[in-house]
Amino acid sequence: MTIQQLSVFVENKHGGMAEITEILKNQDINIRALSIADTTDYGILRLIVDRPEAAVEALKDGGITVTLTDVIAVELPDRPGGLHEAVTALTKADISIEYMYAFLCQLRGRAYVVLRVGDNDRAAGVLQNSGFRQMVTSDLCET
Amino acid sequence: MFFQKEIETMPRKELEALQLAKLKETVAYCYNKVPFYHQKLTEAGVGDGSRIRQLSDVQYIPFTTKEDFRNNYPFGLNAAPMKDIVRIHASSGTTGKPTVGVYTKKDIDVWSDCVARVAVAGGVTDEDIIQISFGYGLFTGALGLHFGLEKIGATVIPASSGNTEKQMMMFRDFGVTGLVATPSYALYLSEAVKEAGYPLSDYSLRLGILGSEPCTPEMRAQIEANLGIYVSDNYGMTELGGPGVSGDCPERDGMHFAEDHFLPEIIDSATGERLREGGKGELVVTTLSRQGMPVLRYRTKDITSITYEPCPCGRTHARMSKTAGRTDDMMIIKGVNVFPTQIESVLVGMPYIGPHYQIVLRRVNFRDTLEIRVELADAELLERYQELQELQRSMHDRLKSVLGLEAKVTLVQPKTLERFQGKAKRILDLRNEPQA
Repeated sequence: MTIQQLSVFVENKHGGMAEITEILKNQDINIRALSIADTTDYGILRLIVDRPEAAVEALKDGGITVTLTDVIAVELPDRPGGLHEAVTALTKADISIEYMYAFLCQLRGRAYVVLRVGDNDRAAGVLQNSGFRQMVTSDLCET
Repeated sequence: MFFQKEIETMPRKELEALQLAKLKETVAYCYNKVPFYHQKLTEAGVGDGSRIRQLSDVQYIPFTTKEDFRNNYPFGLNAAPMKDIVRIHASSGTTGKPTVGVYTKKDIDVWSDCVARVAVAGGVTDEDIIQISFGYGLFTGALGLHFGLEKIGATVIPASSGNTEKQMMMFRDFGVTGLVATPSYALYLSEAVKEAGYPLSDYSLRLGILGSEPCTPEMRAQIEANLGIYVSDNYGMTELGGPGVSGDCPERDGMHFAEDHFLPEIIDSATGERLREGGKGELVVTTLSRQGMPVLRYRTKDITSITYEPCPCGRTHARMSKTAGRTDDMMIIKGVNVFPTQIESVLVGMPYIGPHYQIVLRRVNFRDTLEIRVELADAELLERYQELQELQRSMHDRLKSVLGLEAKVTLVQPKTLERFQGKAKRILDLRNEPQA
């Protein structure tokens, strides 16, 4: 149970980010979540959007370097220790997390954490067995 | 394979005797026919050259420079009357008035021989169908190769440069076996071929005869891999009549001069002193056969070295190493001499980045800075952040060890750096611009 995430290369120049957001706007693509990893020289923008494949195509056409990755978006109980339980479940199963970021989904009124791990299938199984619900692609398209 | 085996493998003693006789002829011809040379030769005490005893006496002849061509624009250096001139070529003239070259019938014939030697050494036969993707026009490259290849009996397609789609269409539809282009345009076309997605087996391409700008071994390897061809390099310039002054043999270990038509020397570009064999310095060339526009000791501004060692290919003519760059292109950054080819040798062959690059020089707080912009071609690395950082670090470190300078490596979006259809212009020098 994974969803697709876009990783977009952002040049460190004036308007570098606007170039990307404009393309997404023109294609009527809605951003559900984002995170950015940056250095002084460039950034990598991670995006969860409602129509990932259309977004990739539009960005590529616009000459932007972009790739799609499968990630897990796990629904967390909104209380202290909620994230800890999910992370512990993965740690126990010896699955390491490469990066993660959180977002709130207004439609569902829930908190989610996007997880990038080495082995998606195993991680998904572990989380499911520990009682965590995961977001599926169709959840992103709700209006 | 040879085009003129007897001359190309002539024992050095005979070759040098031939050169000496032709040098004396050329000096006398210049003295008698060109007022500019008459004056210079008189001032230097060389006169009509009748006292020249050995080849090394060439050192007493004054140099000719690009400036001299400019001052004598357009026909001041002509030695033959206009009625004997059958063609005029000229350089692009980006640095002032164009450099003009004029040719008699015999000049065209000799030139075609020189080009044919280079092409045959690069593998061309009369079976080949060769697409010339040099820009036609005043530029010597296109027509020079054109006539040389026709002399071999190859089929020539005068495609000129530009219109990539059409270039690729002709590759496929005409069964093109060989490509003539600048290395940068060949690289561009090779990328386009890769992107077009047809398997290489749809093409009959097997060789490339590239020239008119330096090609590093790394860039050559990339073009060869992209197109599945064998690439040979050759050297020449408008002032010396165009391509074919020297060219690769199958050993590709130095380019053989056509020494029966050109007398090469290497000098220290600061002092003008001749260097011993193998020394690295500025190439100086005297033409030995030209009628329309003979040239004495032309300072090419290209940095190279010459060897007279026998070559396993059998050719006896001297070889020049790949030019390290032109004194023109040389950048002085924080007092360090840097050639674009050095930077290229680091970048080409690096994984995940495109082969195109731009060099940006700035002056920040009175200090020079060097920035190298490369395209991130492979999106895969975006998911492997550490490797991306590692890539940038290793480019930085290798540039530092090759150049001895700190360089900032900037990754940019693919296909945003300028592509070139002729000679590439990769340096953006902003050091004398007001700081933004």
